Amino acid sequence: MDFLNAIVALMNYVIIPASSYGAQLALGALGVTLIYGILRFSNFAHGDTMAFGSGITILLTWGLQALGVGLGQLPTALLALPFGIALTAALVLVTDRAVYRFYRKKKSAPVILVMASVGVMFIMNGITRFMIGVDEIRFDDGLRFIISAKEFKAATGLDEALALRSTQVITVVTALLVVWALFWFLNRTRTGKSMRAFSDNEDLALLSGINPEKVVAVTWILAAALATTAGTLYGLDKAFKAFNYFQLLLPIFAAAIVGGLGNPLGAIAGGFIIAFSEVAVTYDFRKVVGYLMPGDWSPDGPIQLLSTEYKFAVSFAILIIVLLFKPTGLFKGKSV
Amino acid sequence: MKKLLLASAATALIAGAASAEEIKLGVSVGFTGPLESLAGPMAAGAELAMKEVSDSGKLLGGATITPVRADSTCIDAAAATAAVERIITTDRVSGIVGGMCSGETIASLQNVAMPNGVVMISPSATSPALSTLEDNGLFFRTSPSDARQGVVMTDIIMAHGINEVAVTYTNNDYGKGLADSFQAAFEAAGGKVTVNSAHDDGKADYSAEVGALAAAGGAALVVVGYVDQGGSGIVRGAIDAGAFDTFVFPDGMVSQALEDKFGAEIDGSFGQNPASAGEGRDIYVAMATAAGYDGTSAFAAESYDAAALIMLAMAAAGSADPKVYKDKVMDVANAPGEKILPGELAKALDIIAAGGDVDYVGATAVELIGAGESSGTYREVAFKDGKMEVVGYR
Repeated sequence: MDFLNAIVALMNYVIIPASSYGAQLALGALGVTLIYGILRFSNFAHGDTMAFGSGITILLTWGLQALGVGLGQLPTALLALPFGIALTAALVLVTDRAVYRFYRKKKSAPVILVMASVGVMFIMNGITRFMIGVDEIRFDDGLRFIISAKEFKAATGLDEALALRSTQVITVVTALLVVWALFWFLNRTRTGKSMRAFSDNEDLALLSGINPEKVVAVTWILAAALATTAGTLYGLDKAFKAFNYFQLLLPIFAAAIVGGLGNPLGAIAGGFIIAFSEVAVTYDFRKVVGYLMPGDWSPDGPIQLLSTEYKFAVSFAILIIVLLFKPTGLFKGKSV
Repeated sequence: MKKLLLASAATALIAGAASAEEIKLGVSVGFTGPLESLAGPMAAGAELAMKEVSDSGKLLGGATITPVRADSTCIDAAAATAAVERIITTDRVSGIVGGMCSGETIASLQNVAMPNGVVMISPSATSPALSTLEDNGLFFRTSPSDARQGVVMTDIIMAHGINEVAVTYTNNDYGKGLADSFQAAFEAAGGKVTVNSAHDDGKADYSAEVGALAAAGGAALVVVGYVDQGGSGIVRGAIDAGAFDTFVFPDGMVSQALEDKFGAEIDGSFGQNPASAGEGRDIYVAMATAAGYDGTSAFAAESYDAAALIMLAMAAAGSADPKVYKDKVMDVANAPGEKILPGELAKALDIIAAGGDVDYVGATAVELIGAGESSGTYREVAFKDGKMEVVGYR
């Protein structure tokens, strides 16, 4: 019984929240890594692209709800998501045309593109806030819990509760589908292969007749799709607040760099590494240890490596350690 | 050019002298920020008192009182200091109702109000640190210190038969002050605080904080936070994870928004905020309803009283100069004298003009103790069937 309680406590407070957070980070990091691999710069505007995409999706969700269209037990936002992606893709393509193409034509150094993306970030910041405001918005509807804490306790008779929100399951499932689709696209389709060729060696790709503008456009569309999906899932699971997406930028970059910039597999692994470290390092293991230890060995004080205020410091610390000892990341990406 | 400058300077001087019958009072509360849902009714309360005095035409020979609003933001001390500096140096206010939150109030008091010698009466800054702060006699508050709230909250929790709680507080002067004073009072009464940890406002996700609190355990969770900010996030996270069923809400959390957000999910939880029962409060709430705002909103009544105290002190001192009238604030607030209820400010001004003495009771049964803070009556509320109900007063 005690062993089960320990497992349930660990599931409820560490494994389930970290898995859904990890899936959200992985999707974000995939977008960053894709842009880095193919367009060769770190896109600082990615966090705010997520905010813009989720903002649009929320507006569309409200529209659908007003029309009475829904998905029953699933959140309406999933129905609005494809349209949100289309609009976000249109915005990033316009941005590319207006800002990045100029620097690409001039073959500017990556750092100039990075600085341009910081400018784009601030503009997107403003657009999102004008569009939907700065307040916290909850837009999840449909079934809220798959397993609710009270029912679980009543059904199992355990001391510890286990709660599983439907948004957490949706997040992980959607992330798996998106990742599968992305890998299929990159490995199996002609456009995907030409993107990888472009990423490996730009000049050779050009010589073999690959149209660079098409590759760039497809990359942006994919990045917008990933950003909008990640942002909407994050907003569904937690709550939408424009500022939070700006704050997400750090863990997302940490995830992309830890995995190896430019390496899609690395981005996914990095997302989960960052998420699990953030949650596990700040979790107080007192109860879990208390259940596992025999008799009254249960500890009085907290068994916690860092207090929860230092959550963001975990991403920083991992980032610095990886950059010091393995600058190309765990999965052999490009060095920063 | 020189003549033009001289002429305009002279005009400005004359204009200044001519408008001496207009007294400006600042209202410095957080119109934006974590307590923005409380700020509107607070400012309306202060301005209601000012209008009452203006309309009576009895203060200092018929002076009109003009409110000047400043956004103290509640959390950003630098922004609050700049806003208060603006109303003191540009608008030349003779007194300020504000600030709203403790950290911001301390900053604007020390950096601007004290150097310029302007009286501040805060309706809602409750940190114990303000009791002992050196203030040159310029600072008062119509709300009680959180040292008192800690004791009251202890009594209420003990009365529910709970003697083991976890505490989470918003990471600022208000949160830490109240959490520490509560812990001291609760432990002195024989209770046990399993954990006393901070949370930061403005995050999307509080599952890590909730996890740490749940690990420490306790029969109830005391949420010393803000209802428009992390406080609600913690409650949401704790309910979702099934970590706590019973919550204790101090003044920053008790609001209509709590009922709207959680409804029946927080049934069985309880809390308290400074507010007193009695004739004064009933009259005030009726006046507020007539003026078109919610008089029961937290700290709105305290704001009315803060503005009223400033103006009565001016009348008693016969001057709108804060350096002069600051000494009269305690006199008009406390006995002896005729009791003054809300809506009776004109009567109070008549009594003062006739050389009499007043004891301002107002909407919150004002009684200033110590260094000029309210002795404190608290309203105990409980959540039942998705509604917030007033249980009693302590």
